[in-house]
Amino acid sequence: MLSCHTTWYIVPLIEEAVSVEVAREYPMVRTCPFDPPPEMAEIQAGERVLRVRHWDGTQPWLVTGYDQVRAILTDPRVSADTDLLGYPHPSAGSAARRRVTKNFINMDNPEHDRQRRMLTRDFMVKRMQAMRPTIQALVDGLIDEMLAGPNPVDLVEALALPVPSLVICDMMGVSYTERDLFHELSRTMISRLSTPEQAVGALNGMLEFMSRLVDEKTAHPGDDLISRLVTTQLQPGHLTRDDVVQMCQLLLVAGHETTANMIALGTLTLLERPEALAELRDATDPAVAEGAVEELLRYLTILHVGRRRVATEDFEFEGVRIRAGDGIIVDHAVANRDPVAFEHPDELDIHRKARHHLAFGYGIHQCLGQPLARVELAVVYSTLYRRIPTLRLAVPLEEIAFKHDNVVYGVESLPVTW
Amino acid sequence: MRVTIDQDKCVGAGQCVFAAPDVFDQRDDDGVVVLLDEEPPAEQWEATREAAHVCPALAILVEG
Ligand code: HEM
Ligand code: SF4
Repeated sequence: MLSCHTTWYIVPLIEEAVSVEVAREYPMVRTCPFDPPPEMAEIQAGERVLRVRHWDGTQPWLVTGYDQVRAILTDPRVSADTDLLGYPHPSAGSAARRRVTKNFINMDNPEHDRQRRMLTRDFMVKRMQAMRPTIQALVDGLIDEMLAGPNPVDLVEALALPVPSLVICDMMGVSYTERDLFHELSRTMISRLSTPEQAVGALNGMLEFMSRLVDEKTAHPGDDLISRLVTTQLQPGHLTRDDVVQMCQLLLVAGHETTANMIALGTLTLLERPEALAELRDATDPAVAEGAVEELLRYLTILHVGRRRVATEDFEFEGVRIRAGDGIIVDHAVANRDPVAFEHPDELDIHRKARHHLAFGYGIHQCLGQPLARVELAVVYSTLYRRIPTLRLAVPLEEIAFKHDNVVYGVESLPVTW
Repeated sequence: MRVTIDQDKCVGAGQCVFAAPDVFDQRDDDGVVVLLDEEPPAEQWEATREAAHVCPALAILVEG
């Protein structure tokens, strides 16, 4: 099976003068849009833990091996607290944004588990599976509209963004008519090209939006997640108003950006691999689409700038001495290509057992929304190619713009025709 | 095979329910793991081991 057909070079956007002897610069640059940067595999084969040079001149540790990534993400001497000195922020914009916001994705225990448990019931596997018929109807409706509308069309606008946005808006009780506002704010927030001022401006916009919603739900509670947080957590004093606003901001952003990119980039990946696409389209067993979801998550690992952590104690790890205050970047994208955990890791094989991938992270911060993302992706991947069997790219692959400078990888747009 | 769970560690990610729905469930009020079968039958062993392997919070222990 093919792993990459295109070998054009992408211009690095984060560039600084580097003295190579000191340490290699991280992140590196992809040469194939579907694979991690080629140097990463070399590094992984040689070193599982090493110092790298970061955009801000610091030299955090980079962890590349599957077992080592899992070990770091479950180590109690390692913190996700973005306020700690040494935390390796992925960009200046992100560092500035983290000074304004704090939610449980960047808290350690016991507070992390306390807050996360207020939400786990909403994302439980059985609840998400019960939502499947609704999501199926939504996807079918959007495909009906696509077929009745202009051809070619941008799949990002027609399907990839609407599916997760409509679902998370409905769960949270956010009006979908506000989507232009929060899509735009969220884009600016997570782009590595945003200046610190832009990133913080967008975050503040998002927090104001959420704050307004919390007020509305306090005045008129409905049957939705935000109303439930207000009545069961905020009003009895288990959470502050700011906690609720921050939590909701996290859910809205995480709930649509990620899945949207998996739908569009996953579709492009499959269109480039017609055999895999045909097998998925013709399969009658729903387990095939479910397996394809796991494999595409693994293969594409769209949160592609690594999970960021900081050591809170000195400890020995794989022959190196990590000290309190050292930044640690675990690159779960390259760990998902580790031959130790996946045979022929650079092949996309929709039939492999891939559920142990790290695309949702690992440890206590492993994705809360994964049961929802899995249902959304399984419905889209098992419906779109069946309903539009002649679906294909409307432009040459070379014209597709990839989100190299976004915390969430994907395509800017995906013009398709049928 | 004997399975034990640590509900205090669980973060409700639901990986175990995906892997072995006959052995694990999630509590209705907070999504925390519940064990349906402490000694699952042989045909559940592979799925149960997978559940323990993918649990991100190391909350599942499988012996035997
Ligand atoms: C394909 C889709 C998705 C991918 C690849 C993904 C990936 C991830 C990853 C890698 C993390 C770990 C962060 C870390 O360790 O620092 C995470 C955390 C999280 N995700 Fe997702 N995610 C997806 C969809 C969703 C959805 C649909 C939601 C729903 C609201 C969501 C909500 C969250 C939340 C709240 C956290 C923080 C969990 C914690 O810190 O305990 N994600 N996600
Ligand atoms: S996989 Fe682990 S953390 Fe997730 S629900 Fe099961 S026991 Fe809890």
